[in-house]
Amino acid sequence: MNGFVGDQRSGDRAYRARRTLPLRVEAVRQLRRRRTWITFAVLLALPWVLAAAFKIGGSPSADANTPGLVSVATAGALNFTAFTLFASAGFLLVVAVALFCGDTVASEAGWASLRYLLAAPVPRTRLLRQKLIVALAYAALAVVSLPTMAMITGIYVFGWARLRVPGGDAALPNGTALTRMLIIVGYILASELLVAALAFLLSVATDSPLGAVGGAVGLVILSNIIDAVTALGHWREFLPTHWMFAWTDALQPHLEWTGMLKGASLSASYATVFIALAVRRFRNKDVVS
Amino acid sequence: MMRGRWAAIVGAMAVPAVGITWALLPGEPRVRASEQRIAVVDGPRDDRHVGLDTTFFAPAGGGRAPAVLLAHGFGGSKDDTRAEAERLARHGYAVLTWSARGFGRSEGEITLDSPDYDVKDVRQLIDWLARRPEVRLDGPGDPRVGVAGQSYGGGISLLAAAYDRRVDAIAPQITWYDLAGSLFPDATGRGAANGVFKKVWAGVFFTGGASSTACGRFLPSLCAMYQKVAETGRPTPEAIATLRRSSPSSVAGRIHVPTLLVQGQSDSLFPLDQADGNARAVTGAPVKVVWFQGGHDGGDPETSRIHGLVTGWFDHYLKDGPARASSGPTQGAGGSAQAPGGSTQASGASAQAPGGSTQASGASAQASNGFTVTRTGGIDSSTQRVVVTAATARRYSGLSGTARRALPLDGQEQTIQNPAGGSPASISTLPGLGALGGVSGFGTGGAQLDMPGQSAAFDTEPLGAPVQLTGSARVRVRVAGGLATLFAKVYDVGPDGQAEPARRLVAPLNVAGAADVALPAMDHRFDTGHRIRVVFSTTDMGFASPARPASYRVSVDGPLTVPVDPALRTPATPLPWWVWGFPAIAGTAAVALVATGRGRRRRGGERGDAAVPLEISGLTKRYKNGHLAVDDLSFRVEPGQVCGLLGPNGAGKTTTLRMLMGLIHPDAGQIRIFGEPVRPGAPVLARLGSFVEGPGFLPHLSGRDNLELYWKAAGRGEAHMDEALRIAGLGDAIRRPVRTYSQGMRQRLAIAQAMLGLPDLLVLDEPTNGLDPPQIAEMREVLVRYAAEGRTVIISSHLLAEVEQTCTDVVVMHRGTLVAAGPVSEIAGHDGSILIGTSEVDRAMSVLTTLEGVHAVEPYAPGVLVRLDGSAPSVVVAALVTAGVPVDRVTPHRRLEDAFLTLIGEGS
Repeated sequence: MNGFVGDQRSGDRAYRARRTLPLRVEAVRQLRRRRTWITFAVLLALPWVLAAAFKIGGSPSADANTPGLVSVATAGALNFTAFTLFASAGFLLVVAVALFCGDTVASEAGWASLRYLLAAPVPRTRLLRQKLIVALAYAALAVVSLPTMAMITGIYVFGWARLRVPGGDAALPNGTALTRMLIIVGYILASELLVAALAFLLSVATDSPLGAVGGAVGLVILSNIIDAVTALGHWREFLPTHWMFAWTDALQPHLEWTGMLKGASLSASYATVFIALAVRRFRNKDVVS
Repeated sequence: MMRGRWAAIVGAMAVPAVGITWALLPGEPRVRASEQRIAVVDGPRDDRHVGLDTTFFAPAGGGRAPAVLLAHGFGGSKDDTRAEAERLARHGYAVLTWSARGFGRSEGEITLDSPDYDVKDVRQLIDWLARRPEVRLDGPGDPRVGVAGQSYGGGISLLAAAYDRRVDAIAPQITWYDLAGSLFPDATGRGAANGVFKKVWAGVFFTGGASSTACGRFLPSLCAMYQKVAETGRPTPEAIATLRRSSPSSVAGRIHVPTLLVQGQSDSLFPLDQADGNARAVTGAPVKVVWFQGGHDGGDPETSRIHGLVTGWFDHYLKDGPARASSGPTQGAGGSAQAPGGSTQASGASAQAPGGSTQASGASAQASNGFTVTRTGGIDSSTQRVVVTAATARRYSGLSGTARRALPLDGQEQTIQNPAGGSPASISTLPGLGALGGVSGFGTGGAQLDMPGQSAAFDTEPLGAPVQLTGSARVRVRVAGGLATLFAKVYDVGPDGQAEPARRLVAPLNVAGAADVALPAMDHRFDTGHRIRVVFSTTDMGFASPARPASYRVSVDGPLTVPVDPALRTPATPLPWWVWGFPAIAGTAAVALVATGRGRRRRGGERGDAAVPLEISGLTKRYKNGHLAVDDLSFRVEPGQVCGLLGPNGAGKTTTLRMLMGLIHPDAGQIRIFGEPVRPGAPVLARLGSFVEGPGFLPHLSGRDNLELYWKAAGRGEAHMDEALRIAGLGDAIRRPVRTYSQGMRQRLAIAQAMLGLPDLLVLDEPTNGLDPPQIAEMREVLVRYAAEGRTVIISSHLLAEVEQTCTDVVVMHRGTLVAAGPVSEIAGHDGSILIGTSEVDRAMSVLTTLEGVHAVEPYAPGVLVRLDGSAPSVVVAALVTAGVPVDRVTPHRRLEDAFLTLIGEGS
């Protein structure tokens, strides 16, 4: 402890708000977290688990009670991928997305590192922006990694085959099927945007990462339950999760855009409002954690 | 504040609120219905008295309204049409439903819409309607009336319009043009006499009413006719004549009212060619043809679309249309040519001139001509229903399309066998397999069976572009080996060779030699890369085929002629407005939310003296729970000072420091660092290094990574990592994750982090917490040296000793307010007063009051407080000792400590 020699000047003049919390830095900060690794490990392991289940339990029967996507799940890599998405889009991907987006601000508050970032100073709106971008990128990577691994697993376990359309004998040509897969993944990304924004809003509103992630997942479940009340009629169309499976429209001989457009529109609308609320709240918030 | 919160709530609610107003629908009015039995007289000689079971639905609006006769389908009764009747009544029509003779609770026998029976019944129902006060009249005894119905009810609609000129508009659905041609179809166009018996459908049709007798309620003569043809599988001329008399084909050219023809694409009983015949049978009036997904084989009934079309049609021609038409002098040849019953009332209503004369009404009629084909898309996942879109064209193109494409067919002459007994038979559609046929468009797959050896297939080349077949494709077939009964059908063959029936329809033909074959009429899209396959098979389960075994050689001559109608356009699927509206609303709401939330950041803009590291004036903060944490606090800190912020726990020190860092918003007052007002994210905060309320690190990263990433996130220049690490003094532990650190290690790392950029102003909150005594001493030295280089250090503490030992200046706070501020030497140090501990206070007082150089003396338990004025403490002590006053101890007196101890005592 010989004190500070040399530079007598402050760091003030070198400060640029635009250089604070670069995306790369935020990405590294999040990447090394255990929850990131566990999430990706689960997502990447899931296809193998499902494939093993099919191998042990045998291919699903095609009786009338089996949902369409399940009965053709083992037809080939493409079908297996579609099934994997079907099995996980309702909950697992929601949890993954909520985790990345709900945890990002709340966990910093929990660690108390948030106040040092803000005092650095990282401007509040910029902090939200950078964190949101990185969280969305991780969430997107998670969403994309699942079908990618499912495709690899599918090729390895079930081989390559034409995408068989559920409920029929029709099979889509490979080019079309791959395009459809891209559309499906794209739509799932769009529909999860809502979950991401909701989790992000809760992340800003609370200092507890568990509260933000659990709250977002809980609200999604609640929305699903309300969606099951058919008596609500077309009210249900405005529930956040109503269009969550609209991507199955892309697994038909004739691609049907309507549901996906509605779902994407609703997702974008909710997400916009949620993120605006998050910005508004965070900017005025007293950071006391 | 209040305004901002409301804006937030309103913004958040904007999206769902739009949905709420939309869902508030008014309740539906009740419809008044009355049941009555209407006695009619019919029969060839008008001598049969029959009571018809009817229900009359009064129009919802009251007054005189146009009437609609709703007829039911074969085997049904008036109850089948009740829901639609109520709907129309609510829509402002007087509606009469009835059970046709031979059905329901009506009397009489089934006569297959015979002009001698059923048609006469309808004429008398119209008479009855004309007497009702609820029904609008075009003339005496001439109500404004439309007729609609499905199948059997559609047949009577057309026949009634032909036989009774009072009918103003009709909407027949899934009905026949030629009953003989429907039951004995012939794809070569040579008529029912050459036709193939549609045995299963015919059987369903004629024996559906069988009960104790084989004929059930059928007119015995009709029943006998059926039994005869069913036995042989060949039509007799009398049978053809009888069936034809019950068909619109017998009155072709005598129907002159606006006609909406709805025909099913899933209909093997009355296929689309029947609607084509009817469309040509109507003359001099607008005709609209609709091909929908349903039909007698099932499929999507598209109920709401059909209801909408029928209502629209009647609205146009019953509520508005005929009023205009009757105003014009349009009575023409067509008008007088009809009325076979001879008892037609004078009426301009239905008398539009034939031949498309260009009257005023012609324009609106033209506008209402048209052709609509519904097409299936995929399944809407939200409703789990097939999406059906409607393609429309301004005029009906007929079965040969507005254009034709010739596609060469590939295929050698093929030899096919007719199995003995006609069994096993291929399966296309069977009555009762309706649901199966209905979903064929998206494949339950495989139910259409072609028996091996029984069919010849001819394919086109893979299509270079999609082909939308609309109508009846044609091909010339050549058959060698005698008179053959063949069944022609169309398959869609995918690129992988998988063949799906384009529609589960067959076109039967009896042929010897060559013949032009009209393939089943349909609307189907063949995608790029697909082939169109034409199949001729020798059997079909729905039809009678020869029992004699035979072998034929089948080949095709020339190309397949495919009718297309490019004028049919599908409007883009109408998306609800909110698909574009919600994102726009949400965007606006978002802008409003963000824009209205800026109020709190704007306060306190003036700059101050850039040389003053910290200046706080009038600072006040009240937390949401009402606790006033900081109350009108003002002080300043000069360069080079090590300033202690002293106060007990809860004095408002940390709140002040949080405001200093821009973490929380003051309610009033302001903080300036180097003259710049502090607000969240103010750039001047970059000159501040802080450690407030404990360390904040990412537990999964090592100490070093934490510092490095923090510095990269801080957006500043050079870090002084080595010096900082030396202060932290963590040794090799710097590479371990922070979560493994002790409290003291984290504390030192946090202080190092605060000093990373050598900030001009360093703020440390309780920096020595958790440090051991040598580390405390070391830290003190570091801070003193730091300030010696011209920088400023602020240390908050609740320990007087720490402040006294480290700081040059001190600010004392209690309960959010400033208690004292100034140099430590002034405040914390003795100010020329000493405390003398003695048991003899009175004597000491008397000694000291007379002593030179003493300013004042006062009792101060357990002794006296002496204020010196030039005198030294030793002089005072010597004087007391000399006087024999016992002196227990002498200590400098600190006002600050005195006050502070009192405060601490209160606080703890």
